[in-house]
Amino acid sequence: MGSLVALLPLEAHNPLFWILGAPLIGAALLACIPDWRHAVWLNVAVSVVTLGGAVSLLSVRPVETPLFFIDDFNIYLVVLTAFVGFTTAVFSAAYIGRESKTRRLTSRHLRFYHSMYQAFLFTMLLALTANNIGVLWVAVEAATLTTVLMVSLYRTREAIEAAWKYFILCSVGIGLALFGTILVYLAAQPVMGDGVSAMAWAQMIKKAGAFQPELISLAFVFLLVGYGTKVGLAPLHAWLPDAHAEGPTPISAVLSGLLLNVALYALLRFKMLIAANGHALQPGPLMIGMGCSSIFVAAFMLYRRGDIKRLFAYSSVEHMGIITFAFGMGGPLANFAGLLHMTMHSLVKSAIFFAVGLITQATGSKRIAEIRGLTVSHPVLGWAFVIGVLAIAGLPPMGIFMSEFLVISSTFARNTWLAVPVMVGLLVTFGALIMRLQGMAFGEPGHLALDSERTHQGWFIRGVGMAPLMAHLLLALVAGIYLPDSLVAWFQAVAKLLG
Amino acid sequence: MIPVHHFSLFERYAYDTAHLIGAVILMMSFGLLYQRRLTAVIRTYSLQAMVLALAAAWQAFVQDAPHLYATALIALLFKGMAVPFALDWLVRRLGIHRTVETALGIGPTMIAGVALVALSIVLVLPVTASATAMTRENLALAMSVVLLGLLMMITRRNAVTQVVGFMSLENGLILAAVGAKGMPLVVEISIAFSVLVAMALFGIFFFRIRERFDSLDVAYLETFRGERR
Repeated sequence: MGSLVALLPLEAHNPLFWILGAPLIGAALLACIPDWRHAVWLNVAVSVVTLGGAVSLLSVRPVETPLFFIDDFNIYLVVLTAFVGFTTAVFSAAYIGRESKTRRLTSRHLRFYHSMYQAFLFTMLLALTANNIGVLWVAVEAATLTTVLMVSLYRTREAIEAAWKYFILCSVGIGLALFGTILVYLAAQPVMGDGVSAMAWAQMIKKAGAFQPELISLAFVFLLVGYGTKVGLAPLHAWLPDAHAEGPTPISAVLSGLLLNVALYALLRFKMLIAANGHALQPGPLMIGMGCSSIFVAAFMLYRRGDIKRLFAYSSVEHMGIITFAFGMGGPLANFAGLLHMTMHSLVKSAIFFAVGLITQATGSKRIAEIRGLTVSHPVLGWAFVIGVLAIAGLPPMGIFMSEFLVISSTFARNTWLAVPVMVGLLVTFGALIMRLQGMAFGEPGHLALDSERTHQGWFIRGVGMAPLMAHLLLALVAGIYLPDSLVAWFQAVAKLLG
Repeated sequence: MIPVHHFSLFERYAYDTAHLIGAVILMMSFGLLYQRRLTAVIRTYSLQAMVLALAAAWQAFVQDAPHLYATALIALLFKGMAVPFALDWLVRRLGIHRTVETALGIGPTMIAGVALVALSIVLVLPVTASATAMTRENLALAMSVVLLGLLMMITRRNAVTQVVGFMSLENGLILAAVGAKGMPLVVEISIAFSVLVAMALFGIFFFRIRERFDSLDVAYLETFRGERR
């Protein structure tokens, strides 16, 4: 253990010190602050520091160590995670402000919530910056623990059921992922030798050609099932809708927008190892199969949802399916599309959950049937929600349209028949989302919407609640219309890295 | 195909002992599937954890890897003693049914278990042809324990037995990790797992979870995961 401490990034000029240190110290501080009114703003401040550290990565690239490294692939996910972590902290400030009035969250619960929020961000950033595949596993495991605690925050029967289901399914998932990790180590051991650096990914990829192909193939199956559970790929997605629906809405936003990405990131790192090996099984068909099944299961499940948060949770399953499908296809164009879709889905889906949080607080209901005429009763929120849902359904000019278009066109170019099921899935989803949207957004406002006076608040808090939503939608819109050349070039470089 | 090693006497002795300990752990997994009373399940789990501690200590000695003694100590004190004690207390405190409720009978479960062991041998032995005999057979045993733990989680309806299934799955993982020569971070990984297990026990106690939620009881179908109300 002593040797590991020497490898930690403890210098102030290292961005990793701020990226990992800020949320960790923040979590400890927030656990000690009794008044939630101070805690919400400290939560935002800590997230700003983390975001600052992440942005400084663009200019200062820390030195690779056996525990941590930054390359072209994870740098963008670190920045994205820190950004969405920050905007969600801002949204959470407004959300908690209202929730403490209308719901039964005591200040002890809120203290716990804020501390866990930062601990969760820490574990995700740790997973993304980890060089060592053992550290990566520990981080994903810790991320599961922190989110289980947050999902059960409301202590209702449904929340506890959701948290328990999430806990058991994902524990088994990460257990299997650990078995896969051990197998990867065994496959690499004759080449890599012993010690901490034997599990360092950046070292492994250089020598991956000499790994035992059969062993690493077996490992990938375990890793796909293990981390795939956490990504929410069908048929391993059973935990996902419940966990999204029963937790506080800011947590649904980060679960969908960030945690699923992190789990997929872990899987992709191993896919890169297999691709570099060359003699092992082709991971592509497996990922394409899981991707297609996720798209289909989610598309048809969308039709019978009665709960607004479950509706968008299933939409997350669908989008993770699309991304997995794209990476499974491989090649520069499909990988580019997958990376873009990962980013766009993070931004748009968390924006939708922000909107859903404001809607459920305003109407006092999560039932789709009881939410009506939002554009009439809450014009700004209602229209933002409409734009968000149209974006997630894949309508131009938003960024998701572009990435989905790229996925389909690149698939068409290589294998026409594979593109057909994806298109059918996308159309079915589109139909389901538009059908639900129509009832919620237009027509006569429901009687519940008139009760919104009890949650009436000053312009400041309302602005704080709306700002992250608007920022995310604006970014997705800009990305759909114009991607800067430097960003495109850089995405292309990463796409090549992914093989 | 299989390279012939000329074992020294110590190596052969080391291999035989490790093999024996691994086989005992696997037998305990079958024992877990066979038990019909909750207290017996908890006792069997406790024994399995203690034998795992022995396996870790033996590997620490054979590989000359002192950090594995820490893993052995965690297995002995936390998993072998503290967890079974806490489980016993939970069962008494929450008044949980003392008999194991099965979703699949004991007989069919045992047959499925034997099939899973055969599967892991068929899967692991060919792909590890170039590894040492110690690694190969240890891995096959560990994978069997993992799959049997999974089987127990699927076929037992009570929340406590489900958690015991998960912990026995985890015993298999630790067995694989200590058997992988020179693997780093084994201690950290076993600590991380211990936290997970502690959380599970805490969850059962705090939320008084007696049953698996996706059980076939009509009462649970009524709420249908919050979709129908």
